Amino acid sequence: MNLRRLLSIVVKELRQLRRDRLTFAMMVGIPTMQLLLFGYAINLDIRNLDAAVLDQAQTVHSREVVAQLGQSHVMNFKFNLDEPQQIQELLRAGKISAALVIPPDFERRMSTRDRVPLQIVVDGSDQVIQQAARQLAALPLDAALNPAAAVNANQTTGNVEIVNFYNPERRAPVNTVPGLIGVILTMTMVLFTAMALVRERERGNLEFLIATPVSAGELTIGKVLPFIGIGLVQVTVVLVLGQLIFHVPIRGSLIDVYTSALVFIVASLALGVFISTLAQTQFQSMQIAFFTFLPQILLSGFMFPYAGMPWPAQWLAEILPMTHFIRLIRGIMLRGAGLRDLWPELVALGVFIVIMMSIAIARTRKRLD
Amino acid sequence: MSSQGLPPPALGHPGSSPGQALPPQAGGGKDLAIRARGLTRKFGNVVAVDKLDLNVGRAQVYGFLGPNGSGKSTTIRMLCGLLLPTAGDIEVLGYRIPEQAESLKRRIGYMTQKFSLYEDLTVNENLDFVAAVHEFTRAKARARIDELLQRYWLGDLRKQLAGTLSGGQKQRLALAAAVLHKPDLLLLDEPTSAVDPQSRREFWDSLFDLVDGGTTILVSTHYMDEAERCHRLAILDRGKLVADGSPQELMQALPGTALLIECTSPRKAQAALTGRRDVVAMAQIGAHLRVLMRDGADARVQLQQQLHEAGIQARVEPTSPNLEDVFVATTQRAPRGDEAQGGRA
Repeated sequence: MNLRRLLSIVVKELRQLRRDRLTFAMMVGIPTMQLLLFGYAINLDIRNLDAAVLDQAQTVHSREVVAQLGQSHVMNFKFNLDEPQQIQELLRAGKISAALVIPPDFERRMSTRDRVPLQIVVDGSDQVIQQAARQLAALPLDAALNPAAAVNANQTTGNVEIVNFYNPERRAPVNTVPGLIGVILTMTMVLFTAMALVRERERGNLEFLIATPVSAGELTIGKVLPFIGIGLVQVTVVLVLGQLIFHVPIRGSLIDVYTSALVFIVASLALGVFISTLAQTQFQSMQIAFFTFLPQILLSGFMFPYAGMPWPAQWLAEILPMTHFIRLIRGIMLRGAGLRDLWPELVALGVFIVIMMSIAIARTRKRLD
Repeated sequence: MSSQGLPPPALGHPGSSPGQALPPQAGGGKDLAIRARGLTRKFGNVVAVDKLDLNVGRAQVYGFLGPNGSGKSTTIRMLCGLLLPTAGDIEVLGYRIPEQAESLKRRIGYMTQKFSLYEDLTVNENLDFVAAVHEFTRAKARARIDELLQRYWLGDLRKQLAGTLSGGQKQRLALAAAVLHKPDLLLLDEPTSAVDPQSRREFWDSLFDLVDGGTTILVSTHYMDEAERCHRLAILDRGKLVADGSPQELMQALPGTALLIECTSPRKAQAALTGRRDVVAMAQIGAHLRVLMRDGADARVQLQQQLHEAGIQARVEPTSPNLEDVFVATTQRAPRGDEAQGGRA
């Protein structure tokens, strides 16, 4: 390993990167775009659900409940119904997703608490709505079971209960943003490394290079080093934007955040290097890279909870570097955990790096055949 | 020009086996830059290079002449260790290839067929990078690059991106990069395929400058005028060495005769002579028809008669063979409907 040679490859790589505006724009653009996309658009915080009200009680309190639920903007009461069967008609037609039913004996149910005072009928064909409304249904129930609420009528208690209930959902970006660091690093690091290495082969530069004293190790490391810097810049972009836009806290130490990000970047680069040994063209390397994205995003726990997966999926998830990084980054940023608590995840990433790099180096030959 | 005690020329007839076409084994590898024996490379079922024997003396331009797909590039790649031979022994500058290929790489320069420097780096940045790869110190690199920029007229282009250079400029840059570390052996794979005649001439002048400095150059080409400038020439056809010698020797050793037919309609004459078993090749050159006959027997009278019978008034004159005749005679595909004589299927 010759340092001057290694450095010259890094310098060359940076010069090329500077001229490759598209790649450069993607380096910064992808984190920003994804952060906004996941932070705002992909939001499980349900708002403005088209809904109907069937108020059979027509008391002061019942109207109060309707008004308060309306103010939460979760349900947008478009219809005031008189007959129960209208609910089914509207639901079937897709005009509403939910309906609030207030029984005639609402007042009695509220005071005696012998039966559930409110009913929410939900369009079960949409899983997300179903889930959200099911939780929504817990609100009046809580109020009813809460003695203070029962005594104090519905006015203030209702408000408080709504806020409490929606708290976790309103804070969805808090859960998303740390994991998003993993998604962004996976997409950019794996893809760009795989493509950068294959590009030399595709453009014919490799044939010149392998006829020189440059070694396969120097070439690989020299080309990959600039990406570590870029990866850390991306982490910083997400952390800063996450803080500014979504107020995502960093409860653990910043050094731990960067340490685990660094290890994860190297793991992703190792995967990219491995992919580059399989592909002949940049297009192929892109396809293989995308092939590895899906399991990483779906199984890592970023989108769906790990605990809910069947064991083969869990077993597969354990192999993927992103699973371990999601655990690390959520633990550090949200639970304030340290690397001393989470060291097994770091070890898992380390093992992944060693295995991937060993295979990649064994497959890299300084020859054309 | 000298043949430097190299084996006498040998010219393979299209009908002869490759074994007969080869020169006797040169003893020892001291005065040879490249020595290959039985060099073979297969890609699947395709034999790209077939039992090739090569002797390339030092400080000369050795040419590989052959049609597309004759195995020129594959041979060059095997000689510098980029491809593993399926069989055979190679010794280049005293190194056993492929075992000692890494040590060899410090002493060779390789110019690929396709421009293989970075199009998104400037002329200067490319040379900078190549110098660093060869472990030049910064000061040494600067001096050497300045020298090369001047020698190859790239001084004004140093800040220009390599991708925006013309064909001739790219080729000069590629040559500068290939000789930056002053290699003892330079391997050039069809270096002039995308270059105008003026640039080609300049390029060859710089090659001879390098040879004067002691560099051995192996160059593949399919241009006859370039092949003629080589000290020594190997003609490759379908992976086999079919001729080897200096261009003059090859032309003298041509077994056939070249005839020039002067007539009013060369096209008709060509049609009339098509199908004759002793005609190796015909080509119209302006108002003449150039005919290459298979062996030394004087067929002039016969030809004249045949043309006369076809109603064509013609004058048949002998002419001196050129390198193209040699090329055609050695690389010609089995003549149509003439398997027995071609015999190389």
